[in-house]
Amino acid sequence: MINLADLEAAIRTALPVSHLEIEDQSSGCGESYAIVLVSEAFDGKNTLSRHRFVNDLLKAQIAQMHAFSQKTFTPKQYEDYLAKQC
Amino acid sequence: MFRASLRSPIFSLRSSAAQSLIASRVIAARYLSQEARAQIQNAVESSPVVLFMKGTPDLPECGFSRAAVQVLDLHRVPPEKMKTYNVLADSELRSGIKEFSDWPTIPQLYVNGEFVGGCDILLGMHQSGELENLLVANNVIPKVEEETEVQAASA
Repeated sequence: MINLADLEAAIRTALPVSHLEIEDQSSGCGESYAIVLVSEAFDGKNTLSRHRFVNDLLKAQIAQMHAFSQKTFTPKQYEDYLAKQC
Repeated sequence: MFRASLRSPIFSLRSSAAQSLIASRVIAARYLSQEARAQIQNAVESSPVVLFMKGTPDLPECGFSRAAVQVLDLHRVPPEKMKTYNVLADSELRSGIKEFSDWPTIPQLYVNGEFVGGCDILLGMHQSGELENLLVANNVIPKVEEETEVQAASA
């Protein structure tokens, strides 16, 4: 298992983060997380390569979980995404 | 929620194996033998659409695998063009496929031997329409009018 603070710290040290949401979906056991991650590091990468990039950065953390779900945006995409939600 | 059934075989039988599984993932592809790699390559190419999942399409044993099956079902991927492998029935495959694809989670989808992604990517591609385009481009499903998806969803 891994706790939320460690996961957040790992993400923030691994890449520039402009927005981050981490949801613990494990009901407390620390094995299932869903994240929304907005970073300029995703510029010019398609979804698969973004996920591979994040999987690689968080390899040690993901290995300790049962489930890990991610949504990845560039800052520009996230603005559009929020605009659509309203 | 499926944790108990899913965990017990590995952790109760071979906790040391489970640990080496985690360790081997860090070292990645290097520990996958030529033979195992060739077997997985065969599996990946065994059908136009190949899904590595937990459980079976009729009885998925994880919500993410269930979602993947349902999305492919929505697009009416014909059964003769799709093959699924239950990684829970084969612990070697379970660890091997993660190294093979360099992808840490199950399910994993391959179309014509190309890795497409896991559940998040599959759902995202479904919503954006990319999945349908991919399946059409790979001759898995015929090109159809926009309405079909809605009909399939309600069916």
